[in-house]
Amino acid sequence: MERYSRQVLFDGIGEEGQRRLRESRALVVGCGALGSAQAEMLARAGIGRLRIVDRDFVEESNLQRQTMFTERDARERVPKAVAAGRRVAEINSDVECETEVADVSQSNVERLIEGCDVVLDGTDNFATRFLLNDACVKHGVAWVYGAAVGSYGVTMTVRPRVTPCLRCVFAEVPAAASAPTCDTAGVIMPIISVVAAVQVAESLKLLAGRAESLHGGLLQFDVWRNEWRRIAIKERAPDCATCVLGRFETLEAESGDMTTVLCGRDAVQVSPRRASRIDLEALAGRLRAAGEVKVNPYLVRLRAGEYELTVFEDARAIVRGTDDVGLARSLYARYVGT
Amino acid sequence: MQIRLNGETKEVADGTTLQRLVEQLSLAPDRLAVELNCEVIRRTDWPRVTLFEGDRVEIVHFVGGG
Repeated sequence: MERYSRQVLFDGIGEEGQRRLRESRALVVGCGALGSAQAEMLARAGIGRLRIVDRDFVEESNLQRQTMFTERDARERVPKAVAAGRRVAEINSDVECETEVADVSQSNVERLIEGCDVVLDGTDNFATRFLLNDACVKHGVAWVYGAAVGSYGVTMTVRPRVTPCLRCVFAEVPAAASAPTCDTAGVIMPIISVVAAVQVAESLKLLAGRAESLHGGLLQFDVWRNEWRRIAIKERAPDCATCVLGRFETLEAESGDMTTVLCGRDAVQVSPRRASRIDLEALAGRLRAAGEVKVNPYLVRLRAGEYELTVFEDARAIVRGTDDVGLARSLYARYVGT
Repeated sequence: MQIRLNGETKEVADGTTLQRLVEQLSLAPDRLAVELNCEVIRRTDWPRVTLFEGDRVEIVHFVGGG
């Protein structure tokens, strides 16, 4: 296996680790910037089977940091999962790559993680991460949280019922429309590379049977402010709703993160389940970076390319320019934040 | 008194609780993990935990992008 010779030479992997990698299946959830980097590293490392799921299509503004995609993919608006699948086949034809163009929700998440040895977080919103946490803890699948905005990123590895889960650390899903996103605050590729690299290293340790080498904490990096720190997170929360009490509220149909309603031609209403009053002026301030913004005491309206998002004080939004529910949810996550 | 916040010295009033510190920093509490002297403190305990001279506080932000 000349192809993997340098990796096999490395003590942490070895022949045995390489064999285990070839027999493993990983799921990359969300194939944007983090997901692109994860999929490429896993394919090059010789993972046996790779499942990639994403709800979006490639746009020109992705190319600065999303390494799976080309100008041609953006011109042709190829779904990201499809473009990533093609690229993986070019990188390593031994990898069995399954791709799915889908919005990950409570209706499909358990099917998507089935048969996977590790799940890598490449999503762009809080709500899907809590959904992944619930599904992975319920089915005992390890997953690696990772996220980045601006020059800052954070990552944590969850081994269900062995290490703390996401809800042990953050008991509540943060309210919608409360945080900056990559589409409002920007993001640079170096922080993506750092976070994805740690996520993949953790996955390789898990798959190669070297869990003792996991970092065991919550790592944060800021490649612009030059800060690197780790909080050791050893103990699971004694009252964790998910990994101790076994309540998986995001998996229940009635309590999914969002409701969506088609409203006429070319418009979808997106409403977060956890209703909250939002600060429209603050949201308008963040959105000005993303397009033309109008604000009045009742709503904020953003024009971004061919879409128009109207966000109301109760965090509900009408997305005009599409009747695709998945796309509407995606635009909401990108601009308003969930 | 002085504490160490994310590796830097910070002056805070005597009797400051973790809750007060987070409020003073204008941080959104639902997106933070707070560690005091190498131990993670749950959000529900922040109002009850008072800081002392030389305490080491680490605050990690949970972000959503990707």
